[in-house]
Amino acid sequence: MTSATDPNFARPEPPSPVARAAREALFAAIIALGVFGPLLAFRTTQDMQNRLIVETRYGLIAIVVLLVFAGRFLLSLWFARARPEAGPTLGARLSGLVPRSVRDVVRSGLPPAALVALFVYPMMIMSLTGGSGALKWIDNFGIQILIYVMLAWGLNIVVGLAGLLDLGYVAFYAVGAYAYALIATKVIPATFPGLGVWAFWICLPISGILAAFWGVLLGFPVLRLRGDYLAIVTLAFGEIIRLVLINWTAFSNGYEGISTIPRPSFFGVPFNASDTGFAATFGLEFSPVYRTIFLYYVIVCLALLTAWVSNRLRKLPVGRAWEALREDEIACRSLGINTVNTKLTAFAIGAMFGGFAGSFFAARQGFISPESFTFMESAVILAIVVLGGMGSLVGTALAAVAMIGGTELLRELDWLKAIFGRDFDPAQYRMLIFGLAMVAIMVWKPRGFVSTRMPSAFLKNRRAVSADHVKEGQG
Amino acid sequence: MEVFFQQLINGVTLGSIYGLIAIGYTMVFGIIGMVNFSHGDVFMVSTFIALIALMIVTTWLGVGSILIALMIVLIIAMIFTSLISWTIERVAYRPLRGSFRLAPLISAIGMSIVLSNFVQVSQGPRNKAIDPILNNVFVLSAAGGYQVTLSYKQILIVVVTAALLAIFWWVVAKTPLGRAQRACEQDRKMAALLGVDVDRTISITFVMGAALAAVAGTLYLVYYGVVNFHDGFTPGVKAFTAAVLGGIGSLPGAVLGGLLIGLIEVFWSAYFSVEYKDVAAFSILAIVLIFMPQGILGRPDVEKV
Repeated sequence: MTSATDPNFARPEPPSPVARAAREALFAAIIALGVFGPLLAFRTTQDMQNRLIVETRYGLIAIVVLLVFAGRFLLSLWFARARPEAGPTLGARLSGLVPRSVRDVVRSGLPPAALVALFVYPMMIMSLTGGSGALKWIDNFGIQILIYVMLAWGLNIVVGLAGLLDLGYVAFYAVGAYAYALIATKVIPATFPGLGVWAFWICLPISGILAAFWGVLLGFPVLRLRGDYLAIVTLAFGEIIRLVLINWTAFSNGYEGISTIPRPSFFGVPFNASDTGFAATFGLEFSPVYRTIFLYYVIVCLALLTAWVSNRLRKLPVGRAWEALREDEIACRSLGINTVNTKLTAFAIGAMFGGFAGSFFAARQGFISPESFTFMESAVILAIVVLGGMGSLVGTALAAVAMIGGTELLRELDWLKAIFGRDFDPAQYRMLIFGLAMVAIMVWKPRGFVSTRMPSAFLKNRRAVSADHVKEGQG
Repeated sequence: MEVFFQQLINGVTLGSIYGLIAIGYTMVFGIIGMVNFSHGDVFMVSTFIALIALMIVTTWLGVGSILIALMIVLIIAMIFTSLISWTIERVAYRPLRGSFRLAPLISAIGMSIVLSNFVQVSQGPRNKAIDPILNNVFVLSAAGGYQVTLSYKQILIVVVTAALLAIFWWVVAKTPLGRAQRACEQDRKMAALLGVDVDRTISITFVMGAALAAVAGTLYLVYYGVVNFHDGFTPGVKAFTAAVLGGIGSLPGAVLGGLLIGLIEVFWSAYFSVEYKDVAAFSILAIVLIFMPQGILGRPDVEKV
């Protein structure tokens, strides 16, 4: 400020990029020392007398600070070279690194190819790894990811299409899971024991209907709410359902959960080693992998059903009303759209798919407890929807594969133990990396992977709506 | 009646802690309209910083007087927690300002996952318990065999809370900094046009919220003596409930809401059931947001086209 009034002021030479980068890196390193210092340099542990003592880890903090210094230094140099003056934001610059052709391929060619890959995946894995190794790859990667894809597509109806921000989606997942578990372990054996093998197929629609009913029930009080408030109230509902499941032990068996849930049958033929089992019926050698493969195809079908229904609904009046609601609620109301019904159908249909997924989850695990339905699950599902670019099915599926598959991969990185020592367990960094990825992707692409939208109604030709014109709804 | 007074004392103590955390929510929401989801975990991180500082100050440096030790711990926790919050705002929220409305919320949820897992990985997943400190109590009444007690801890918590709220209120109401904050709260663009450094003001708001959360964290450590990496979520949601109940954006409202939530929780546990105390807190949150979203002291939200 003083320079403007000083006539003898000569504009100083701009500092060299290296000096500037070094200064910025030093600043970042000092901040990193302060941020990570207390928790990394000191660790509280119990000693032999079970008293709390403090251990020091100066080496670790030194490494972290040095890494931050080096990282910031290189980043500053890189940006100083690429862009001397103010320009596009960090996110825009980074997304420029992905070539346009790659993006176009992702947009047009991916879905059919992915569908084929989806159906041949178990065979491919089977032929690559043989029977026992395949179990892990089909179960942990295939089924696990597809459950999240289905949940994300279900939530996408509520968040992406209708623009209602729901942080309690896991409640419907829990309703579906508990509906199946309780009906299959308590109601069916007591009333129609002969239907035991059909339990999953009977309960699947019932769980969906029950979840949809809960969707309406929980949706009704929040009709007037929007945005962050809606998110918080739905979060509260999700937590209330979980806490009730924990404390109402007579109903749900509390923390102990429900075990020995019947596994699904191949349309009446159970997967066991008996003479009437699946393997014997089809003249195969008994192996647990057949059930896993069957479960895989069940979840593929359920997920595709979700996608198909939500795509069809977008073309129906109710789907158009959802999208109109997302774009502008007041305009919607003034044009005579019944917002109450529109919101409630969105909640109900979204919840129904959550219920299907929940009942599949219970059937796959054979055991459920309230621990599986924490707020963290809702946050992960919502994160997948938003990271995928709300409203885009392909983007959402990509996000699920990247986030869930990526963190599952960490369990496979045992070779890292050779570098970091025997105590190093990559899996415990799973959620840490998940959280960092959420923040990083938001900073990089705040509108998610696929931010453009295809309009469901158009005048002459169908053109993608660019991200800047897409509204996210007021909730 | 004795039970009632005892629970009243306990409730006010707990409510003070919630109130301190709630201020962080209410200020950030007031100034940038964002639910700072990671605030509960910032509070949790501050309890760990306070724990480590307390261990170092008492065992390594050998500070004998527990009050002086706590004073030092409080200051250390405030400084480091503020720095962490400043960094979070700088890294995870500022790049998203003015972008897609959901982006900061998702980023904040991500940050909350990062904080709790960072603490879990760096400090271990177990409960960390310290030897109880400041155990002396005043017996206020011993009628009917039931002692109503007021412990030194509780006095400390209420006194520290009151003192810091007074300082804080003075900063917001009387200083140029507070004026800048109130200006940004009303109209950020206009404030920027009139020469207020908006980014800096928002940073300072985050820092102030975190400093008060650190006070709450230190007091929480003194009161309960146990910290754990997942203790951020529930107090965070309860403090947010307090902020909403009092009227989000309103500072006295946050404190009032905190006290109310503390009292409700304590009385619910005493007279109904301990198991369902969190259900009660979450139900209040839902009921308040649905039926009186402006809270007790807040301004009604006007719907604009």
